Amino acid sequence: MIDTTQVHVTVESGAAEHAVADTLHATVTHGAGHGEGNLFTELLHHLQDSHELDTPFGAIHLPEFAPFHVGGVTIDLSITKHVVFLWVAGALLITLAIAAARSNARKPVPHGFGNMMEIVAVFIRDEIAVPNMGTDGIKYMPYLLTTFFFILIMNLLGLVPYGSSATANVSVTAGLAAIAFVMIQWAAIRAQGIGHYFAHLTGGVHWLLWPIMIPIEILGLFTKPFALCIRLFANMSGGHIVIVSLIGLIFIFQSYIIAVAPAGFVVGIMFLELFVAFLQAYIFTMLTSLFMGLGMKTEGHQQHGEHLEAGH
Amino acid sequence: MDPKALGYLAAGLGAAITVIGAGLGIGKLAAAAMEASGRQPEVAGQVRTSMLIAAALIEGATFFALAICIILATK
Repeated sequence: MIDTTQVHVTVESGAAEHAVADTLHATVTHGAGHGEGNLFTELLHHLQDSHELDTPFGAIHLPEFAPFHVGGVTIDLSITKHVVFLWVAGALLITLAIAAARSNARKPVPHGFGNMMEIVAVFIRDEIAVPNMGTDGIKYMPYLLTTFFFILIMNLLGLVPYGSSATANVSVTAGLAAIAFVMIQWAAIRAQGIGHYFAHLTGGVHWLLWPIMIPIEILGLFTKPFALCIRLFANMSGGHIVIVSLIGLIFIFQSYIIAVAPAGFVVGIMFLELFVAFLQAYIFTMLTSLFMGLGMKTEGHQQHGEHLEAGH
Repeated sequence: MDPKALGYLAAGLGAAITVIGAGLGIGKLAAAAMEASGRQPEVAGQVRTSMLIAAALIEGATFFALAICIILATK
């Protein structure tokens, strides 16, 4: 699209600008020699979803299905690299969780791997679920544990060789945020009841202000999971972009001796990526439980407010 | 000017200004956290937890702007 616009502009402006724009066009699209155009598009291949899976034995071409249209929306169900890694993370999660549960059920005192998982589970219960949602929050523990470990495993899979993190795909994080949205509303409705939940949407203002208040409140319901989605996506893909760009520096300098410096930087950034993987899984889980707790807690306020306003 | 060049320029400038905002915000946050830990060392753990949470929220907004810059640079 941008190319045709450029052609129109150069036809209207002068001959000199036509020549300049032509050269620029050639450099960017064909990547003359070691041009930036070539390197950038090559590196982008590692960051984006693709229909080929890279293994040490060569690239496996993944099955592609034709996109089909359902009511104006095009759905493409072909299996891509990120889908494969989603499944790998899911299978790993189920295996690890069942192994830990069995190990803890067999012995009276937790031992080994089950002990390690129990430390994390107790941390999530005591630091994330109970402070935000009260003792009622323990019934949401399966969801919080699943969120935390699933996101963590997906993030960590992106750091191993030949791996890629599915959370670097905005569709995956959008799906996780959609589930979080459903859980937040479910927790609020279950704690307050449908009537109180909708009453809370009005925010307790005079009924003349409702046409303004309700759309704003509904919009506010959607911004929080949206921020969750973008935060996780941008953190993961940003880290990968930095790593890939630093390795691209080696290709630009084209020397073995100078390549040591970018390699050192990449090792440092990999450590940061490891920390960010854990941190982002924790932040996602913590913010979801915080929003659920906010929805559950306002029941006390609402009842007091309604008793006061019941005077008129 | 070439629209594509303007796009790249905007992406670079946008990323730079975004990082300035994030750096300032998280710097103020860290300064307040250090001061609070210095005044009352026994709540240092809670202060650290709250600091991490606030830093993640600020970075969330930052990364939103950064995602727009990335989209601008790759299209």
